[in-house]
Amino acid sequence: MQRDFRGLNFDWITIALFLLLVGFGWLNIMSASHTGEIVSYFDMNHPYGKQSVFIIFTFALIILILALDAKFYERFASLIYLISILSLLGLFLFGKNVNGALAWYSIGGMTIQPSEFAKFATSLAVAKYISDLQTNMKTFKDQIKAAGIIALPAILILLQNDTGSTVVYAAFFFVFYREGLQQMYLVIAVFLVLLSVLALKFNVVVAVLVSGILIFGHHFFGQKKRPSILQPIGILLVCVAVAFGIKYFYNNILQFHQKDRISLWLRLENDPQKLHELKQTILYNLHESEKAISSGGLTGKGFMQGTRTTGKFVPEQHTDYIFSTVGEEWGFLGSALVVLLFVALLLRILYLAELQKSQFSRVYGYCVASILFFHFLINVGMVMGLIPTIGIPLPFFSYGGSALWAFTILLFIFIKLDSNRINEW
Amino acid sequence: MRKLLLLSTIAFVGLVFIARLFYLQVYNEDPYSLLDDNAIRKVRDYPKRGYIYDRNGKLLVANQPSYDVMFIPREVKPLDTLELCNLLKITKEDFINFYNKAYRYSPRLPSVFIPQLSRMEYAVLQEKIRKYEGFYIQKRSLRDYQTTIGANVLGDIGEVNNYIIENDPYYKSGDLIGKQGVELSYEEVLRGVKGIKFIQKDRFNRDIGPYKDGIYDTLPEPGKDITITIDSELQEYGELLMRHKHGGIIAIEPGSGEIIAMVTAPSYNPNLLVGRQRSRNFTQLYNDTIAKPLFDRSLKAQYPPGSPFKVLSALIGLQEGVVTTQDQFSCRHGYYLGSRRLTGCHSHVSPLSMNQGIAQSCNAYFVNVYRRIIDKYDKPSEGMDVWSNHVKSFGLGDYLGYDLKIGNKGRVPDGAFYDKWYGENRWSSTYNISNSIGQGEVETTPIQLANMVAAISNRGFYYTPHIIKSIEGGTIDEKYTTPNYTTIDKEHFEPVVQGMFDVYNKGTAYSLRVPGIDICGKTGTAENFMRINGKRTQLTDHSIFVAFAPKDDPKIAIAVFVENGYWGSRFAGRIASLMIEKYIRGEVTMTAMENWILTHSLENEYAKPYSGKEFGINRQSALQVIDKITKDTVVNPVSTRTSSFNLQ
Repeated sequence: MQRDFRGLNFDWITIALFLLLVGFGWLNIMSASHTGEIVSYFDMNHPYGKQSVFIIFTFALIILILALDAKFYERFASLIYLISILSLLGLFLFGKNVNGALAWYSIGGMTIQPSEFAKFATSLAVAKYISDLQTNMKTFKDQIKAAGIIALPAILILLQNDTGSTVVYAAFFFVFYREGLQQMYLVIAVFLVLLSVLALKFNVVVAVLVSGILIFGHHFFGQKKRPSILQPIGILLVCVAVAFGIKYFYNNILQFHQKDRISLWLRLENDPQKLHELKQTILYNLHESEKAISSGGLTGKGFMQGTRTTGKFVPEQHTDYIFSTVGEEWGFLGSALVVLLFVALLLRILYLAELQKSQFSRVYGYCVASILFFHFLINVGMVMGLIPTIGIPLPFFSYGGSALWAFTILLFIFIKLDSNRINEW
Repeated sequence: MRKLLLLSTIAFVGLVFIARLFYLQVYNEDPYSLLDDNAIRKVRDYPKRGYIYDRNGKLLVANQPSYDVMFIPREVKPLDTLELCNLLKITKEDFINFYNKAYRYSPRLPSVFIPQLSRMEYAVLQEKIRKYEGFYIQKRSLRDYQTTIGANVLGDIGEVNNYIIENDPYYKSGDLIGKQGVELSYEEVLRGVKGIKFIQKDRFNRDIGPYKDGIYDTLPEPGKDITITIDSELQEYGELLMRHKHGGIIAIEPGSGEIIAMVTAPSYNPNLLVGRQRSRNFTQLYNDTIAKPLFDRSLKAQYPPGSPFKVLSALIGLQEGVVTTQDQFSCRHGYYLGSRRLTGCHSHVSPLSMNQGIAQSCNAYFVNVYRRIIDKYDKPSEGMDVWSNHVKSFGLGDYLGYDLKIGNKGRVPDGAFYDKWYGENRWSSTYNISNSIGQGEVETTPIQLANMVAAISNRGFYYTPHIIKSIEGGTIDEKYTTPNYTTIDKEHFEPVVQGMFDVYNKGTAYSLRVPGIDICGKTGTAENFMRINGKRTQLTDHSIFVAFAPKDDPKIAIAVFVENGYWGSRFAGRIASLMIEKYIRGEVTMTAMENWILTHSLENEYAKPYSGKEFGINRQSALQVIDKITKDTVVNPVSTRTSSFNLQ
């Protein structure tokens, strides 16, 4: 009896949100990728037809994931992680280069992107490592080890020139912080972002000046027990070094297209000639997607009625820029609904994660929420022109089998773990 | 606390995104319009422009196709240049020039290679055009004038200017719009409504197909044909009579206010402003600052009306009760105030009553009447206002409200005018007696004068003059069918009309009688001045004549104005009589009078101020006799449209 009951103990709210996102995503992919009459929803000549097939496979995957024993994931976390790392390494030998990134295996007519699957594998590994009784995330040693688990796939992916997917690994910061990372890291992280923006937008002097004021302000007014004056001076010197480092990194290490994206985002380019060139190339996507979104107005132009979507004005509109189609055809009401659906899904996962009795499940839940959140933040932020262009898909929404399956596995492992929580004592 | 970081970050990001969406889609949004969407190509479909007919149903303006040779530089393949150049009658250098110029503009977009080929030129090219890849023919519609007259009435069309494009969303660059005459006045009726097709484009600017299967597309609505009130035969005759003279003729049908003829001289052939030579011809017309062929004297020229105005003085006198038809005034070759002669007069019987006063056009008589009108009131300004209101009720002193877009207000002074000039009450009726005889401060345009005559012929009312007779499937403005009443009672008109009749019977227009037609008229002679080398110089008087006929059932009211024609019956009177006969009888029997007009020119008179030499006026000025003008005499200031190529 107990067993039967457990089988239905899934969190149906999460599943409903998942289904809504996938379904709505599919509608928008159809709109963004159809040319002429829609003959069949499974027309394999068009992305929407392929996506239909992907979705059907997804349901098979879901059944498989939910059918396996919840303990399986914890037990085999390390093995899954290992396989994932191997698949990433294998790319250097057998990978297929698409758009400059060596990120795909080509099997028959299909391509698979292992970096998508590496996310859930890494999450499992992180959860497993942190939930180990030996691990204490407050110690520096264990922090380094945990960081290593993340860094390994991240570096491999970066070497394959898939910067977007690498950035997502920063999401684990939220997990570590939840599990005991010191407050200081958060301060340092915020401080670093501030320093970088100031150093790039203005110059090193301004960046150092502002950080100096903050550091000494904190030193003289923020602390009850004032340490030696050497401490803030030391920190400031580090800041100077970091600021120069960032400048050097920006000027000499970043690739041109990355540099341009940042320079556009921070409005660094003043030379009108160069700016014009940038607008023709990099800004084009952004410009078109913003235009498509704003032309939607309050209620949108209607399903399959978007003029800019139909004309395929936004490049990659069925993959990374799918949100522009939502904006154009469903208007403010539709796109705000999508944002709310994502926020609801993320908050629901967080809520469930906090309910978990096993630390493994909780950490894993946090990983899921953080990764989905990062994708959501970067993708929608990029499409609306709020953050620099970083090409990563919108979970459940964007066209693509690997991404859809990887996110589904990521989410449904958590749903399975959650369904098992009454048995966790 | 550690739980809250991700939670609050997610909530914050959600809020920021919704705020951004709100900014992009709701706050920042101009109302979405298909017309502004650059993902949709708008193809406009131009309707046929309405035809223009005269009052007898004669077609005056139609359309003609014209053919632009277009090409897309990138698509041009090597070709037999020599053959194409021969076909288009251009040189190889021209070919290379056109090609390079268009290529610099855009290799991908179509450019005009040779604009506006005629039908004949097109026919030759049509057979061969397929051999020249990248070249094609684009059809345009131009106006086709079926007549050589009435340029000022018909007007012309031309490309819209930027001001109109910015202010009227209907017009797009390259559209044609009425520029003058009825083409301008009835632009919205004639042009029809453009159709529009919405075509979905992709990001490479290629057409994908009709947007939403064309549910928003509209068909063009053809322009409506209009019939104007002009009698083209009379108009043509008027233009013939006015050759070698400067001035204007307005003929109105008093019973309806319809403008039967509207002649300005010198004028030009409307065909000049069609086709490839339009711009060059227009510049030439525009630059002719002496003859001013683009200046419509019949509507815009503001002159002192002279003696025809006297009939108004008589009418106002009767209405105000300051004079009866029997009252007599004496005239001693002028009007004397004490021993000072305020105005002169010519020889005629004296003393005389109203009938003779009008017939002989006696200045002294009307000065007396005028003074009685003004002096009837305590203050001169009061009297002046009463007088002014009576005058204005005849449509003088303000825009008449006719349906052509140009004109002048004329001038009718009132009490305030002189109060301002002399100071309040510091003047009396003797200060401005010239007003009584249409000199002084009064000024009118020919159309106002014709309208005044129409009102007199109707015995007290007029219809606002108009050029539109009917619109295909539409109605004309109500104001053209509503009578406007003057402030003069009906019974006062009969003696004045009789006086005007006697102008022909025994007065100043005795020599202009047309047997069998009872014409009432009034001569006028107006002094005029011009500034030559900074010196105010008097020129030969303007010849003015107003008339209507027949006396009891008026069919035509006419005002003729001939600049520097000397006395009223000399040029203007003759032309008026001929016009009236032509209109009422349909033919001209007064061949001697016609011959005189057609063999006399005033060109030497107009050349005088520019000759730089001393010259005599009026009596010291000899008439210029020329060979008889016929219909075929070319007097256009610029050459007529040539259909052959003149690119070299």
